[in-house]
Amino acid sequence: MRYIEHDTVVRRMNGRMVVNTIFKSLFLLATLAALMALVILMYQIVTQGISHLSFSFLTNFASRFPDQAGIKAALIGSIWLMAVVAPTSIILGVGSALYLEEYAKQNRITTFIRMNISNLAGVPSIVFGLLGLTIFVRALALGNSILAAGFTMSLLILPVIIVASQEAIRSVPGELRDASYGMGATKWQTITKIILPAAIPGILTGSILALSRAIGETAPLIVIGVPVIIQFLPAGVMDTFTALPMQIYDWSSRPQPEFQQVAAAGIIVLMVVLLLMNSVAVIIRNKFEKRY
Amino acid sequence: MSTSHVLDQKSKTAGYEADGSLASAANSVYETKQLNLWYGANHALKNIELDIKENEVTAIIGPSGCGKSTYLKTLNRMVELVPSVKTSGQILYRGRNIFDGDYGVEELRTRVGMVFQKPNPFPKSIYDNIAYGPRIHGIKNKKILDEIVEKSLRGAAIWDEVKDRLTENAYSISGGQQQRICIARALAIEPDVILMDEPTSALDPISTLKIEELVQELKKDYSIIIVTHNMQQAARISDRTAFFLNGEVIEYDKTDTIFSNPTDKRTEDYISGRFG
Ligand SMILES: Nc1ncnc2c1ncn2[C@@H]1O[C@H](COP(=O)(O)OP(=O)(O)O)[C@@H](O)[C@H]1O
Ligand SMILES: [Mg+2]
Repeated sequence: MRYIEHDTVVRRMNGRMVVNTIFKSLFLLATLAALMALVILMYQIVTQGISHLSFSFLTNFASRFPDQAGIKAALIGSIWLMAVVAPTSIILGVGSALYLEEYAKQNRITTFIRMNISNLAGVPSIVFGLLGLTIFVRALALGNSILAAGFTMSLLILPVIIVASQEAIRSVPGELRDASYGMGATKWQTITKIILPAAIPGILTGSILALSRAIGETAPLIVIGVPVIIQFLPAGVMDTFTALPMQIYDWSSRPQPEFQQVAAAGIIVLMVVLLLMNSVAVIIRNKFEKRY
Repeated sequence: MSTSHVLDQKSKTAGYEADGSLASAANSVYETKQLNLWYGANHALKNIELDIKENEVTAIIGPSGCGKSTYLKTLNRMVELVPSVKTSGQILYRGRNIFDGDYGVEELRTRVGMVFQKPNPFPKSIYDNIAYGPRIHGIKNKKILDEIVEKSLRGAAIWDEVKDRLTENAYSISGGQQQRICIARALAIEPDVILMDEPTSALDPISTLKIEELVQELKKDYSIIIVTHNMQQAARISDRTAFFLNGEVIEYDKTDTIFSNPTDKRTEDYISGRFG
């Protein structure tokens, strides 16, 4: 006796094809909807902001008069912020990842720590703002300085950097470790000469994506009390400052319609910065393409 | 300073120990005594007794999972990278117990090189692969490194094939060549013993032949322990053969004896292809 009745199979084929087509269309629609939203958003921002975009927009400080308002303080402030966040978060993040992957014994405590790092990545940014306010602004008396904001942002993106680095380190083939240890290399030599060079593309890509999240975050800065209107550039990390998303938030909340255009121009600047950072990530990924 | 004494270790490993006592058997590199090893609850090596002789090729044969790799990795303590491993018993290397608390694994591994089943060059240039070992042991002088690289590549019979492409990535050459690069890399630390874990199982027949010839050449200067699942290979290249089964050494003797006149029925069954 045959189990597969070919006539029945053919009869049922039509129904199966219909279901297939329905789902294919549904998924296409979902993709298109997301894409449409993005296109509309970009179109609105660019048409609104392009008229205000000029060289003087980059070199002017904030102003009451929309046509004189510039983004200089916020742009330079964001660069200062990144100068604190990037080294702090990458050094701490890669260090933690190395400890967890290469040094820590695999026991309940490390499993617990690992689980919680992933959980931390999901904590709302405003909570990190409150943490920064308590520890850095008040307890360590750093005030609303670049350093306080930088440390807070570092904490915010640390979990993402740790998880990305852990994954990059884990993807280094075990055979390379074996080869290194087999020649009498110490753990530290194996880490610096074999593991890190092989893991660096993954670590940097993850870190840059995390940094581009930090550059767009507003909530922690508001909680820390970072001001918006600043008519000077910071001279050091203990100075106060403002950042791109703060400045954009302020402009967009002003009543005059002209300021909406200024805000849009600010968003374009922020997006160009983000685009640059992401391109660097892509370049790094392609350049150091793994060869094993 | 001649390169052969750059790491100056063979001179230290002769018959006498630092404290002046006579090392047990003059021509044994390794003496394994009552060795047991567990992966967690899995008793992988049982009461192993095995003497490895100097300047010989010792083959370890046996069916899959019988503990060949585990034993080999115990000889340079690489097996301890697995966290669940517990051992008991002794392995004397040149008369000194490698499990002694003050015996540094790094020191042991500079004397006992290892070649793995799958060629595993570093994703670096051919030159940097060979120079890796000398460099981690503190040699920085470019001239000495050049000499070591050339000597090691010649030693692994691959110098002529790669001498014009030393700066190329080691992954740009064939698998068989990569394995000889890995052998050269092991030679570069000027070891006393070379451990090889099925070094030809991932290679084509011609590369396999080259490596077998190389092993014959190398045994003049090194003691070699080679795991193989290929019995013809063991018969062709080894002086002594140990037959492992379920974590035990069933029989250990001159290769000729093992293959022509085995004592144990199980050895006979295995080498005649009745199981495994
Ligand atoms: N890393 C490991 N963790 C736990 N058990 C292992 C590990 N490696 C090997 N074993 C076990 O030890 C035994 C011997 O394995 P192995 O030495 O690899 O055998 P062979 O090399 O002879 O094929 C097997 O039962 C295997 O399952
Ligand atoms: Mg094996």
